[in-house]
Amino acid sequence: MTTAAPTATRPAGPLLLGVRHHGPGSARAVRAALDAAAPAAVLIEGPPEADALLPLAADEGMRPPVALLAHAVDDPGRAAFWPLAAFSPEWVALRWALERGAAVRFIDLPAAHSLALAADPTWGDEEDEAVPDGPGGPGADPRAVRIDPLAVLAETAGYDDPERWWEDVVEHRAHRAHRAPPVPGGGPGPDAAAPRPGPAAGDSSGPSAPSGSSSPADPFAPFAALAEAMAVLRETHGDGGHRRDLVREAYMRLQLRAARKEHGDAVAVVCGAWHLPALTAKTTVTADRALLKGLPKVRAELTWVPWTHRRLSRHSGYGAGIDSPGWYGHLFAAPDRPVERWLTRIAGLLRDEDRMVSSAHVIEAVRLATALAAMRGRPLAGLTETLDAVRAVMCDGSDVPLELIRDRLIVGDVLGEVPDDAPAVPLQRDLTRLQRSLRLKPEALERELDLDLRKETDAGRSRLLHRLRLLGVGWGEPVAGRSGTGTFRESWRLRWEPELSVRVAEAGMWGTTVLSAATARAESAAAGATALAEITALAEQCLLAALPEALPAVLRALADRAALDADVGHLAGALPALARSLRYGDVRSTDTSALAEVATGLALRICVGLPPACAGLDADGAAAMRRQVDAVHEAIRLLPAGDAAVGTDAGAGVDGEPRAAAGAGPEAGAGVAGRWTAVLRTLAGRESVPGLLRGRAARLLLDDEHLGGEEAARLMGLALSPGTPPAEAAAWIEGFAGEGPGGSGGGMLLVHDERLLGLIDTWLTGVPAEAFTDVLPLLRRTFAAYEPGVRRTLGERVRRGPAARAPSGGAEPGAPGFGPGLDPARAAAVEPLVRRLLGLPAAGERDGGARSTPEDEDEDDGRAADDGRAADDGRMGDDGRMGEEERVGQEGRAEAGGRPADEGRVGAGR
Amino acid sequence: MPETTETTRAEALRPHAEEAFADELAALAAADDRPRPARWRLSPWAVATYLLGGTLPDGTVITPKYVGPRRIVEVAVTTLATDRALLLLGVPGTAKTWVSEHLAAAVSGDSTLLVQGTAGTPEEAIRYGWNYAQLLAHGPSRDALVPSPVMRAMAEGMTARVEELTRIPADVQDTLITVLSEKTLPVPELGEEVQAVRGFNLIATANDRDRGVNELSSALRRRFNTVVLPLPATAEAEVDIVSRRVDQLGRSLDLPAAPEGLDEIRRVVTVFRELRDGVTSDGRTKVKSPSGTLSTAEAISVVTNGLALAAHFGDGVLRPGDVAAGILGAVVRDPAADRVVWQEYLETVVRERDGWKDFYRACREVSA
Repeated sequence: MTTAAPTATRPAGPLLLGVRHHGPGSARAVRAALDAAAPAAVLIEGPPEADALLPLAADEGMRPPVALLAHAVDDPGRAAFWPLAAFSPEWVALRWALERGAAVRFIDLPAAHSLALAADPTWGDEEDEAVPDGPGGPGADPRAVRIDPLAVLAETAGYDDPERWWEDVVEHRAHRAHRAPPVPGGGPGPDAAAPRPGPAAGDSSGPSAPSGSSSPADPFAPFAALAEAMAVLRETHGDGGHRRDLVREAYMRLQLRAARKEHGDAVAVVCGAWHLPALTAKTTVTADRALLKGLPKVRAELTWVPWTHRRLSRHSGYGAGIDSPGWYGHLFAAPDRPVERWLTRIAGLLRDEDRMVSSAHVIEAVRLATALAAMRGRPLAGLTETLDAVRAVMCDGSDVPLELIRDRLIVGDVLGEVPDDAPAVPLQRDLTRLQRSLRLKPEALERELDLDLRKETDAGRSRLLHRLRLLGVGWGEPVAGRSGTGTFRESWRLRWEPELSVRVAEAGMWGTTVLSAATARAESAAAGATALAEITALAEQCLLAALPEALPAVLRALADRAALDADVGHLAGALPALARSLRYGDVRSTDTSALAEVATGLALRICVGLPPACAGLDADGAAAMRRQVDAVHEAIRLLPAGDAAVGTDAGAGVDGEPRAAAGAGPEAGAGVAGRWTAVLRTLAGRESVPGLLRGRAARLLLDDEHLGGEEAARLMGLALSPGTPPAEAAAWIEGFAGEGPGGSGGGMLLVHDERLLGLIDTWLTGVPAEAFTDVLPLLRRTFAAYEPGVRRTLGERVRRGPAARAPSGGAEPGAPGFGPGLDPARAAAVEPLVRRLLGLPAAGERDGGARSTPEDEDEDDGRAADDGRAADDGRMGDDGRMGEEERVGQEGRAEAGGRPADEGRVGAGR
Repeated sequence: MPETTETTRAEALRPHAEEAFADELAALAAADDRPRPARWRLSPWAVATYLLGGTLPDGTVITPKYVGPRRIVEVAVTTLATDRALLLLGVPGTAKTWVSEHLAAAVSGDSTLLVQGTAGTPEEAIRYGWNYAQLLAHGPSRDALVPSPVMRAMAEGMTARVEELTRIPADVQDTLITVLSEKTLPVPELGEEVQAVRGFNLIATANDRDRGVNELSSALRRRFNTVVLPLPATAEAEVDIVSRRVDQLGRSLDLPAAPEGLDEIRRVVTVFRELRDGVTSDGRTKVKSPSGTLSTAEAISVVTNGLALAAHFGDGVLRPGDVAAGILGAVVRDPAADRVVWQEYLETVVRERDGWKDFYRACREVSA
């Protein structure tokens, strides 16, 4: 090499070691160079505030991968990481210096400045060093615009992938240095001498011959060559669009000068290769000082945090995210024969997963990998070659086992550790603070926690747990509470596992307080979500976790996604979570007006799209659609009533008292609920809609009293008329009489509405024998879901036959063993108790009450279960008609819990 | 006799790869200065270039024979160079045979040492048979022995090919084990053996979907490096493959070139891909998949067929009507189920699509 870079030969000036962040080859080379030069001081690219933390790196409890975390004190959301793996050159240099007692110092621009610069729009986002973590970190892509120095070098060398080029010329050099040292910028180099087996060895197509490399053993040679290449690059490209680099490099130069004043030339600098030329540039102290003048500044705090291999692949801190930390770790750790060892490890993994892999496989894989490398003109088999070989030899050409290898080995599950006396992660600190203030101690023992959200502390606890869940810190799992469907109660199962600390550290990427981290995480998840239901679930979580700042982003994503999604199924799947959110948001007194708007829009679109979507479905499709219709029905009942009708009257939501449309009756008809009712009517009456859905629609209408008993009977008669194919009719019955979403018994309906049962009975007896076997499974599916008591009652009804059901006009016969008619006196005796049980005003206070229950109490024991059910299920009719109805009604007792209005009509009709 | 062979070859309906691309192979051999394994006509690098296409330093353009991931070809060629047998797997119509033929042509200059695997493939087809007249007249001798393609390949250091390996009965398959591991073929009747000379290798193809027919024993499987040939990754790549092949086929069938064929090809490829993947190309609508594989090879034959129709019965321009019948035939393999699938696709997807009206009408006419 020529001496363009003054660092080319060791004696002149400080030892400048340009590296690739997280490059194992660089790390080895750095160690060799440091061993050879034995400098008195080592300067490393990194935030100088961390100097005080450096001795911790020598601590027993410190195990890479770890990261330096810098965050602004007053704005914890602003933070940056400098991750270090065992194979990072910076880490190697750090450890070397600590072991040898050499002075070690970080020389990059202080985090105080870089954090401030990152937030300063005039400094832009050109450099991904110190990009604030969280939403902007991985997403923003300044790489597209800036010039990647390695890409240019690699392209010059004829490589399409800069990573591979770097691997070939630097990372792998340690394994072949004794043969032919690589020359950066000169291509892979002629490799005729490489004693690779296989015929393709000897790729002599290198674009240029290596120019005068030093003796192969020279540990400084690669750095010199690299510096020279970078110098040329910097000459051509200037700062390459890295404006902030100029400042950083000015600071580095100042630091270097200071160190040289102290230690003379016995100084080594380890920094990104790109900065090498700048460090040797001839500038004056004043010029550098001028560059640094007036930089914005924040108060920054630094600490060590444990890191994981998985996190290393993210772009943050040192910028160079790597895809294969496990592979690099292996390259760095393997004493020799890296390919053989690597493939043996893969074979071991596959064997553990019960895949038959013999040593012969490994042998063949090694042969194939090395031959492939030779054919591709690479000095040593790299990751691609070994994986190609594994795929062809060990995995029968399949990619599935490769996924496992990628997950376990190439990325790997290595977790770093940080000694206890390291300053805590801000997120952890925030969490500890919250835990203390909420009196919620992390305990390894599993326990259940019931929260009453009306209490301030409990609401805070719930928010914290929900936020942590969003962050992937699974401290608490929500469980179905004992309190049932109450909206102000929550039950959690808490358990603090030791690895959750790591999860907290990982989640530290998203922010430095639980709130900001959860917000950032939610926003990023909203941007990345693909399914509509995912986003609505996220919106729900945002409300539960009280993340008002994340909500707009989530709702925007939701609105965008909903507008584009034409599939009614998706929309229908998304609505329930949204409706729930509204209800919960309400309990927690959050502003949900925006959410209500989106939900209403969604509901209207479902109303429009549903009828066409229901046409021409097959049995499975209809079954799926039925579930969705049920879910939407439930959801629409939860939506604030009338917001569509009243227009801008979203204020009701703000007050925390939106009226629920549920049970609000027909007057809510103008809004979404009204539309929905109309849709259900359409569905119930449209021929092209499958029977299951028609039946379901009719049932839902009936339940909400939008459909009279008369009308229901008419619809059923239509659906069960002799011309209808039996299977279709049976499906209708399933839809109509099947169990509803909330367990609203379809059976009870039949028990109480004799006419409907009669219709079914008539139809069933009319089903031809050959069709009966087809219909049977469908009917069985419908009726088998009923509770045993209901089934038996129905059976008794049917056994008694239509004759018994004929209206008698007089006192009806009682159940077997009982006298006819009612005993009002005995019924009245129980009434007060029942009223108290049901929380109704005492008789006389109000004209209405548990009309039916008294007789139920009188029922024979065998039917007690049914009747208890009836009492629960039945609506309280008005007492006034009781006596007459009982006399007129056919079966009297059991209907008692049913629908007085219908019965009345039935009775009158006959 | 030799002249007859020559004439037959010149007029062969489908010349062998080494004949059809003799020029390219010669140019590659001339330009190739990299080391070649024993008895290889080209270096592995040149073989890969032959398959993937490229431009030589002297300006000769090598047409791509296989459009697909470079990695696959490199692994395949390297496998052959490391004296491991190569197993090409893939669903029907993913160019397995095509790749194997061209590999053999480029490596050994001869793609004819071929054993076609069927359920009735006997052991003799892989080992050797006897000329019974000779055998009866003179007793067992080398002259009475009829060598199989595999045996010839071993003796001459060539590349042998076995098509549809999984269709061959398991016991016959296993005769390959000795050949592949010991590289020798004993002839106990003569007390001799035929040892493979350097340069011998074997390429087998097998159908993914037929895996259950005669699954390879693990002993045999271990002797192969497996390469799975995927379906084309993108619609553009598939259009490229189809138009390239259609062009070649059209030339060999003397069909006039269709000027506006590309649109129709793209349409055919889109239809095939959508039905194969079960979802429309914009990812918005689900469609049912028919029972056929709808491979690229079938798309090629549909378009070639359409071109022939257009050339002989139409105005020479490839029109929707020319491909519609072919598509129908390719899609509807099972008259009952597939017809429903096709109708549904036609009505829900084709009908709604902009600029596809003519195609929709043509398909309706054919289906009716």
